Parts: sequence; C-alpha cells; structure tokens
Amino acid sequence: MDSLGLYVLAAAVLFGVGVYGLIVSEHLMRKLFAINIMGNAIFILLVAASGPVEGAPDPVPQALVLTGIVIAVSATAFALALMVRLYQETGQATLSSRDEGDDG
Amino acid sequence: MTAEALALIVFLPLLAACAAVAFPGRWLGWIVRIGLLPLPVLMLAPTLAVLDQNVIHLALAGHASPLGIEWRLDPLSLLMLWLNVGITVLISLHAGVSFRPDSDRGQRFWPLWLILFASMNALVLSADLFNLYVTLELVTLAAIGLIAVESKPAALRAGMRYLLLALMASLLYLLGVGLIYGQTGTLDLYLIAEQIEPGWLPVTAMALMIVGLLIKSAVFPLHAWLPAAHGNAPGPVSAILSAMVVKVSIYMIWRLWFWGAAGWDLATAANLMGLLGAAAIVYGSLAALVQDRLKMIVAYSTVAQLGYLMLLFPLASTLAFQAASYHLLSHGLAKAAMFLAAANILSSVGTDRLQRLAGVDQRRPLDVFALALGGVSILGLPPSGGFVAKWLFLEAAWHQQAWGWLVLVAAGGLLAAAYLFRVLGVICLHPRKRLNRRQHREIPNLASVAALILAVSAIAAGFFSAPVLSLISAGLPPGVTP
Repeated sequence: MDSLGLYVLAAAVLFGVGVYGLIVSEHLMRKLFAINIMGNAIFILLVAASGPVEGAPDPVPQALVLTGIVIAVSATAFALALMVRLYQETGQATLSSRDEGDDG
Repeated sequence: MTAEALALIVFLPLLAACAAVAFPGRWLGWIVRIGLLPLPVLMLAPTLAVLDQNVIHLALAGHASPLGIEWRLDPLSLLMLWLNVGITVLISLHAGVSFRPDSDRGQRFWPLWLILFASMNALVLSADLFNLYVTLELVTLAAIGLIAVESKPAALRAGMRYLLLALMASLLYLLGVGLIYGQTGTLDLYLIAEQIEPGWLPVTAMALMIVGLLIKSAVFPLHAWLPAAHGNAPGPVSAILSAMVVKVSIYMIWRLWFWGAAGWDLATAANLMGLLGAAAIVYGSLAALVQDRLKMIVAYSTVAQLGYLMLLFPLASTLAFQAASYHLLSHGLAKAAMFLAAANILSSVGTDRLQRLAGVDQRRPLDVFALALGGVSILGLPPSGGFVAKWLFLEAAWHQQAWGWLVLVAAGGLLAAAYLFRVLGVICLHPRKRLNRRQHREIPNLASVAALILAVSAIAAGFFSAPVLSLISAGLPPGVTP
C-alpha cells in the first residue's frame, strides 16, 4: 500500500471511531472527544491529499487545516463552557430529554 | 465606494461587538447603535451597484484567491443581505427593551448579537467554499451562545444538542470541501462547475456538503434539534433563528446546487429533496397542531415552512426561484413577528401554555394582532407576502404540470390554517374569561411595536412584490429556464 492509501485508511478508521463514540457515549465530554477525533480524521485527509506527490506540496490545504484547527479549538472551548454551565444548572453532564417541554 | 460600504457592512458590527466586550459599561447602548443603525444606509451603495452591474466581485484587501478572500454580490445575495439587515434592525428594537444594554443580561446578549449579524452578512457575501465554512461556523456558535444566554436548563440542553449536531454537520461539509478541492484545485464556488465532471467522487463530496447543510437548516428528517432550540431561546433570539439562521444554510444549498453543480443531471436527487420538503410540510404542520406551548407551535411551523424552500429543487424554474426567494423573505418577516409576539405574551402572562392563554387578547391586543397578521402571511392569505410566494409556487407547479407539488402547496396552506386558527381560537374565542390580574406583568410598548412593524411588513410585502421579483429574476443561476 502506498503512503497516501495509508493516510486515507487512518483517516477512515479515525472517522469511524469518532462516529461510534458520538453515537454510543452518553457523557458530553466523550461526545466532544468523539467530534474532535472526527475532525482530526478530516484534517489528516486534507493534508494527505496535498502531500508531496510531485514537487512542492500545495499550500492551500495546509492553510485550510490550520484554520480548521483554530475553529475546532474555539468550538471545543465553547462546547466545554456550555457543558460546565449545563452541569452547574442541572447537576448532570448528559443530554436527557426529560424536560424538553419546560416553559421557555 | 461599494467596496468600502460592503467592508463596513461586515466589519462595523464586528468592531462594535469587540467594543461591546471591551466597554460593557454605560456606553454599550451607543456602541450597539453605531454597530447597527448605519447599516441600512450603507446598503444603498451596493444596491445601486447591483442594479447597475448585476454582479460585483471584490477581493478583500487586494489579495486575490486562492489565499485571499473573495466576495461576490449578486441579486440573490443582495436580497439576503437586505433581509438580514432589515430583520436584525427591527428585532433589535425589541431586544433593546428585553435585553436592555445597561443590564447584566444585555451585556451578555449584545456582543453575541452583533457577531451573529456580522457573520451572516459575511456568509452571504462569501464566494468560496472555505469562507462559507468559516462564516457558517461563526453563525452557529454565535446563535448557540444566544440560545444559552439566559442559562435556563431547557435552553442549555437544547443549545448543547444543537451544538453537537452542528459540529458534526460542519465536519461533513468540510470533508466535502476537501474532496472538491482535491478534484478541482479551486475553492471558488462559481468556478467549480467548470472544473468538475460528475463522477462518484465529486458527487460524494457534494452529497457530504449538502447533508451537512441540511442538518444545519433543520430540514426533515434532520429537524429534531430545531423546535427545542427555537422554542426555548429568548424571544429576539428565536425570531432571528427562525427568520435568518436556518435560511442561510438553505441559501448555501441553493448556491451549491444551482451554481456549484450547474449542468449536472440532478433530476432524481431534486425529486428526493422535494419529497423531504413535502415530508417537512406535512410533519411540521401536524406536529404544530398537537403542541401545547405557543412558542413550540411557532417553532414547528418553522419546520413546516422550511419545506417550501426545498420545493425549489424539483421545480427549478424562474417562477420557482421567485417563489422560493419571496417565501424566504415573507416567512422571515412573519415568523420574526410571531416569535416576538409570542415572547411578549410569554413574559407578560408568565407561561405560554395554550390553555392558560384564553383572554390574553384583552391584555395584549397588539401582540395578538401581530401574531394574527404574521399567521395570515404564513398561511398565505391575500394580500400578504406569503400569498405572493404560495401563488408563485402554484403557478410554477402548474406550468410544469407537476400536479403533486401543486396539491402539496395547497394542502400545506390548509394545514397551516389548522394550527394557526387553533391558536387564535383558544386566545380569542372565550366566554368572557378574565386573565388573573395578579400574574400579569407590564412590558414596554416598544416590544409590541417591534413585533407589529415586522408583521405589517410581512403583509405589505404582498403589495410591493414587483421590484423584488424582477431583482430575483435578474440573478438566476446559469441554465434555469423560465
């Protein structure tokens, strides 16, 4: 298998792990980990696709991945803050649909 | 001149948001005014330019793509821009009293509000796939921050669920962008159509992007997060969520479909999208019929009304474009009015459970009037803006002899009538029942006036449709036949 195939395979496995974790785990922290793993799978794919096929690598995917990482970090920070707030207000860090119909 | 105005349209609210974080004290009110009020005036230059040249390209700070940022303004994005500016400024009248800038809640609310506004403006201007991703992410994060701004458990939970789905949706979209770039070597939305032939890889990429966007725009069956998020958010936030935030991702699907994949044979996929829309209309309306909270009814009505925007895919003619764009406009105005009115009723009575609202028409006549006027436009009675949109949909289906879609649009109106008349029936038809005075809370008149202005604009949209419709038909995608 060539190196590109290896990267794509790694990305696919990571993405699968992420999807599995997102669906199966109940704790929000684990769900966030799962989403970050999915994100990393996509970043690997983007970098691999821009790899040194011939000559210099293409700078655009690298720039995209850098921006993507910045966005992933800020989105994760925001999600963590939201999770902490949810824990402070309700005492749990999971999503139960118990009181979906509360008065808004 | 146009370039400067466009840059200010995005950066003025953004700078105001930064200033609002830095100086949360008594200057906040003025910062917000500076960030919002000049926008309608600034819109004039780009509007004239679009009427003159139809399409404007702009490379931000002189850096062209691929590494720079390119903006593009055409009639459709101009319409979205006007809609966002108009609706945001009008809702801000309401937010000015429900989230007073000199209060604690106001200081949390306004920076996010300004960021949301600026990022939606940037989104409709963006011309490349990656910038669309960045701006859509900004829109989502700001919107969820606003949902959770009051830290109520139900809103926090709804926001969290929205956030998890939205993050997954963005990843699907980003994966699609990466695959497209690998195929074409360009990110320009308006160039990819020339660069790719439909094959399994580009089709997969396009499908990933569209599924991601369908999650973000809550199209049935990916709508599950919407009612809780829109129904539990504070009033002005519900209004902008339903009026604009879900629409910008549908706008992106239109762009990808009609501009990015121009020339592909998408007949089967288009029918599938239409069927999703049909299911949304039927399911959303029936679900609205059985809700027992006013804001949840309005939220499920949004699920249903988004279905009409999907009918553009199978119909895909000039008339259908006019219909869908006009529906986007009139639904935005009407739904913003209804959510603001519902929020006023909720904060005045203390609950929005339907059985407790009998007689509220005597206490909050303006709000009930705004709710009813918005409802008139939603169910498409003449002479409202909603009527123009529905009529154009019927005409488009008629011309293509697409009887199934024709029946759907007509039946959708009836279903909307069912859930809206149920609300108005409970509120207005009551045997002289008095609301408990003790629980009644005074709220400023301006809050009701803002809802009423939006509702009246939704009705007035029925009278002034001609210039907007001709603007839309000037900005049709390549290959769309009359």
